[in-house]
Amino acid sequence: MASVRTARLLTGSEAVANAMRQIDPDVVPIYPITPQTPIIERFTRFVADGETSTEIVNVESEHSAMSAAVGSALAGARTMTATSSQGLALMVEVIYIAAGMRAPIVMAVGNRALSAPINIHGDHSDGYLARDSGAIQLFAENAQEAYDLMVMAPRIAEHPDVLLPVLVGQDGFTITHSAEPVELLPDEAVRAFVGEYRIPAPLLDLSAPRSQGMFAMPDYYFELRHQIAAAMERAREVIEEVAAEYEELSGRRLSALEEYRLEDAERALVCMGSTAGTVKDVVDELRAEGERVGLLEVRSFRPLPIERIRAACSGCSEVAVLDRADTPGGVGALHAECAAILCGSRARVRGHVYGLGGRDLSPAEIRAVFAGAAPRYVGLRSAS
Amino acid sequence: MKEIRWHARAGQGAKTASQLYAAALLQAGKSVQAFPEYGPERRGAPMRAYTRFDERPIRRHDAVAMPDAVVVLEPSLLRDVDVEDGLREGGLVLVNAEGSANGYLAVPAERLAAGLGSRFVNLVMVGALAAALGEPSLEELQSAAAALLGAKVDPHALAAALAAGWEHVWRG
Repeated sequence: MASVRTARLLTGSEAVANAMRQIDPDVVPIYPITPQTPIIERFTRFVADGETSTEIVNVESEHSAMSAAVGSALAGARTMTATSSQGLALMVEVIYIAAGMRAPIVMAVGNRALSAPINIHGDHSDGYLARDSGAIQLFAENAQEAYDLMVMAPRIAEHPDVLLPVLVGQDGFTITHSAEPVELLPDEAVRAFVGEYRIPAPLLDLSAPRSQGMFAMPDYYFELRHQIAAAMERAREVIEEVAAEYEELSGRRLSALEEYRLEDAERALVCMGSTAGTVKDVVDELRAEGERVGLLEVRSFRPLPIERIRAACSGCSEVAVLDRADTPGGVGALHAECAAILCGSRARVRGHVYGLGGRDLSPAEIRAVFAGAAPRYVGLRSAS
Repeated sequence: MKEIRWHARAGQGAKTASQLYAAALLQAGKSVQAFPEYGPERRGAPMRAYTRFDERPIRRHDAVAMPDAVVVLEPSLLRDVDVEDGLREGGLVLVNAEGSANGYLAVPAERLAAGLGSRFVNLVMVGALAAALGEPSLEELQSAAAALLGAKVDPHALAAALAAGWEHVWRG
């Protein structure tokens, strides 16, 4: 949270657009969609006003936006884009390609429900759809974190040990359209922090012509896709290095996992995104009532901070995991992963699905989750 | 923490009002949050916006269920919307209306704005709310309005609309 005296009132969208202005990417291929649109509206105004030297590529769909982003990032240009919901769904095919071709594209996501029925509000279904693409995926708790993660993202994406796309998620409307105090770093500090765009083999390096996007048969495909998994493993360390450096610059530490009042907690709740802020207030209330409860806020969904989740829950007897996306016919994704991570520990792991299509999660419902009194689908109205 | 709910039709400036009120409180050292709540996005549809403010950092992102005050920019909504829904005991309701409106605090914002040759009903109501709640000061509001909207609108016109609402409530 920004210190209010120096902060400006900005929505999550405006905060991210400002991060993009300060980063001054070379190329932004883009297609509008609610609730991402204010990001690109604000950013293209910065471009039109001459505040960045970015080339905007207006395309006819998100599939084309991501395709242009792959070409541009591999050519040797720092490339960013933004989308939501159906737009992310349309991009997913090409995000797998971006990851496989090791294109370090940075993308802002205004996380929103998927159709049908059509809905413009926040949940994590779109992010979950990109879960296994090989892209790093971060979730912001508030507008300040959306800004901070966006500034950190190029350093993570472009790190020579990583070279993967990074998606910076913020909950649609709840953060994209919510105005909060946001502290921006000085422009020159951000430019110095992100540095020059360098990739090992830019296509436009004519002194060393290369072919990219190769065909791979059963003899090599497995190894090449496994390199993504290996890069994800290395990304764990890179995220913490970048977070530590960013903390020196900003005073704010954005770790892959935030442990909130977990020190002696018996019961923990795990969640991502804007809900974490509400949960922190509920944790404080329950602590004041003598309950030993705490929160694990997952900021990095991919790579998931597996060892840290295991360590953080080592003293807990009950862990409730909240998924803001459903897995019809299965177990919520974050729930299933936490259950796998905590298998063999003494913690009993429960899963809940909540907040689909922007459904509010109230403090009373969060209390019920902590008390073990909430149904699997929290906030779902009964059929009657 | 205090929570305000704004009722209007989309296009009447409730989102701007919610943000302006928050921006002025931010200048006054408060932690703030302002957000709109849309249904289908179309002009004229009933919509709500919210402002939260507190001495301590605001972390929660749940809906505002029990507002401390409600501001109604469009009086015709009183027929269709329960503006008192969830209102806290002793909570305040300000309505853009002449005379009295169901016992709510009526502010003739339409007339006050027209008298200034402007259409800033939303700003008149922001001024009235600040006077009714006692914060932020008129000067803080006017300075926040100049910063937020001054690039598009003459800051004197903004200041006058805010002052008209403020003085109407202040004088009783």
